[in-house]
Amino acid sequence: MLVLCEGQRQNMEVDQMQRQYLDYTKSLFLEGFLDGQFLQLQQLQDENNPDFVVEVVSLFFEDSERLLNDLTFSLEQKTIDFKKVDAHVHQLKGSSSSIGAQRVKNCCIAFRNFCEEQNIDACLSCLQQVKQEYCHVKNKLETLIRLEQQIVAAGGSIPVMEFSF
Amino acid sequence: MNLGSGKGSTSSSPLKTGDVVSDQFPAGLRVMVVDDDPTCLRILERMLRACLYEVTKCKRAEVALSLLRENKNGFDIVLSDVHMPDMDGFKLLEHIGLEMDLPVIMMSADDGKSVVMKGVTHGACDYLIKPVRIEALKNIWQHVIRKRKNGLKDAEQSGSVEEGDRLLKGCDDGDYSSSVNEGKGSKKRRDEEEEGDERDDSSTLKKPRVVWSVELHQQFMASVNQLGIDKAVPKKILELMNVPGLTRENVASHLQKYRLYLRRLSGVSLQQGNLTNSFISSQEATFGATSINGIDLQTLSVAGQLPAQSLAKLQAAALGRTTAKAGVSMPLSDQKNLFSFESPRLRFAEGSLHHLSNSKPMNLLHGIPTNMEPKQLVTLHQSTQTLGNLNMRVSTPAAQNNPLLMQMAQSQPRGQILSENADSHATRFPSSLVQPIVPNSISNGVLGNRITGSSNITSAYNTVPQNSSLLSFPINQTNEMPVGNFPLRSTPGITSIPTKAMFHEEGTSGITGPGGFVSSYDMFNELHHQKSHDWDLTSTGITYDSSQHANPLQGNIDVSPSVLVHQGFPCLQQSVQTRDSTSIGKPLFSTGEAIHQSNLQNVSQQHLNNLVDSSVRVKAETFPDPSSQINNLFSDQYGQEDLVTAFLKQQEGVGPSDHDLDFDGYSLDNIPV
Repeated sequence: MLVLCEGQRQNMEVDQMQRQYLDYTKSLFLEGFLDGQFLQLQQLQDENNPDFVVEVVSLFFEDSERLLNDLTFSLEQKTIDFKKVDAHVHQLKGSSSSIGAQRVKNCCIAFRNFCEEQNIDACLSCLQQVKQEYCHVKNKLETLIRLEQQIVAAGGSIPVMEFSF
Repeated sequence: MNLGSGKGSTSSSPLKTGDVVSDQFPAGLRVMVVDDDPTCLRILERMLRACLYEVTKCKRAEVALSLLRENKNGFDIVLSDVHMPDMDGFKLLEHIGLEMDLPVIMMSADDGKSVVMKGVTHGACDYLIKPVRIEALKNIWQHVIRKRKNGLKDAEQSGSVEEGDRLLKGCDDGDYSSSVNEGKGSKKRRDEEEEGDERDDSSTLKKPRVVWSVELHQQFMASVNQLGIDKAVPKKILELMNVPGLTRENVASHLQKYRLYLRRLSGVSLQQGNLTNSFISSQEATFGATSINGIDLQTLSVAGQLPAQSLAKLQAAALGRTTAKAGVSMPLSDQKNLFSFESPRLRFAEGSLHHLSNSKPMNLLHGIPTNMEPKQLVTLHQSTQTLGNLNMRVSTPAAQNNPLLMQMAQSQPRGQILSENADSHATRFPSSLVQPIVPNSISNGVLGNRITGSSNITSAYNTVPQNSSLLSFPINQTNEMPVGNFPLRSTPGITSIPTKAMFHEEGTSGITGPGGFVSSYDMFNELHHQKSHDWDLTSTGITYDSSQHANPLQGNIDVSPSVLVHQGFPCLQQSVQTRDSTSIGKPLFSTGEAIHQSNLQNVSQQHLNNLVDSSVRVKAETFPDPSSQINNLFSDQYGQEDLVTAFLKQQEGVGPSDHDLDFDGYSLDNIPV
């Protein structure tokens, strides 16, 4: 009969959580939701900046939602100002790339091409795509952060991902 | 608006204290980062802090500018985003260059060639592609050092600039025979002054940065006007200004920038409006300000002075052929198109760099590229440098509240000035306005400031500011009058003309080469990075065109040499040495992008060689006669101009062997070949 003391059980939980966290992170990279830039952000987080990732991710969410609203508005106009649309997309591209939201960024790249062509239909479809990708990555990131917080709450430390690409 | 700790203003920089660079350096480097994207801003701030820099962050360019103005010596370097809603990043760049002369690094998710090129021409020290990685930020301190070193060099060279000016004044159009003697004279003079310079500075690194505030600049202007542009030499200006702590080198380098700026101004007005027989009247119609006419008159006067044979010489020289007839023949109607000034394009609309990138290479010569061969383009544009640059900068006065030109408007109509000018050529202006407006004239006009070289240019250009000391760079202007590119050392002309000529028409074999390692460093990393992600994407069925990676990269490759060029040769050396992952000759992509690879390798090596060889020779050949003076005068610009030529030659298959002149005025020792 195996008796585990409380501490050991907790450790197992933390271990599991950490493993779960690592697996989840890995999957995000493998599926292309995140890229190396996100790793950089994680590496920038330390004792002096313990909430850096959360902070940046929150900024990204705020910013993106605003941009997506602006984009929707701009593309709803009777006469579409493609320059404006492009400017918004460009900004979204910048922030998504800075945070490592790869799929969103890729959508933006395609989006910009259509802006240049002034292809309204394609732009509208791109907008939908971008919104979708944004929602995906938002969910993923929120899950990831939740996992992190669970680990920390359980007294563990967030494991550092190491990837070789 | 986010402001960082703002410690930068009061703490002393390790760079400033003492003659020796502090051991801590680059820790403590005082960085100002400007970006309207809060996510990016936060990330950059964190990264910069991780590099142990002192960071001040700003969301808005206006705020950044006022902060920089308040703490004149409080920052070492500025990082700025390109696309910002309240002020275009390039405008900010210019302001900073004019007022504070700080190194500025541009950043953008936009990696298009034209945008990066803009960075170069506006005087950015570097251009980082977002997402910026921390490794890229670790090295930004090099720009601070480099700028200081170059600043010193400027001061030394200014001695010869002065001499060159004086000599030029004495020269008439065809009088190139005495160039040799004068060259020697200038060299001697330069040696003398170098001694003086060295006494002023105790170390190359410790150079007190003079901030050319509005007041200081007005004093400068007043002194220059008092002396008369012809006689305005740094020593005398310094005496007149009587500002304690101001050194001759400060004045000299400011004077040099000022001259560049004037030249650019003239170039802009040259291209504004239509160069037709009814030029003056059409101009009036376009601008409705007599002063503008004056500027244009002046510009055109310069333009008109270019004899056709000089143009031919120039073209021939640059193209490595025997003197041919001026090859630029265009029907008058084309000329109209060529110079129809389209303000929306040139204006620095916020976030609308698209204009510039989409429009034809109008940055320099509006429509010329479309009507001319690329080679001719390059020729013209090489010589147009400053002119063209102005074109980019100064928008239609009518369309924009252009403080500079407005200020000019306060002064007398230029025509009067010109006629007041003792220069005998002044009276020729009106007629020369008309005459050159024939085939060749445009080139003439464009090249005028180059070829004629002599007094006409200087005096013509210099008559402009004589009038008003207000003809200053819009130091305090908040409306965005892009005055000119003061910190610009590179050829402003290396803008979209080569872009169009070389990139579009000659594909990737354009300006590739060692320069690729400077600004595209990040891109390379990113590409490499992303390349490895490709399988991820494909495995999940995401339709993502991986070639998209290739294209931006390609763009980077093409453009980065211009960044390189801008930074001058020392940078070339650095770039080669410090960027391990992108050294010349090594395979850059392990993913088998053969085309890029071979292009980069072959072209880069060839380019390096060309840099060393043909650039030097090209310079000599292009300006065989007044070479010494003009070279002294435009020394920095020539560097890049030659590089461009060299690159182009590379494409055209014209090897350096075509140039037989030897010229050793350039020290290219640092370039590893």
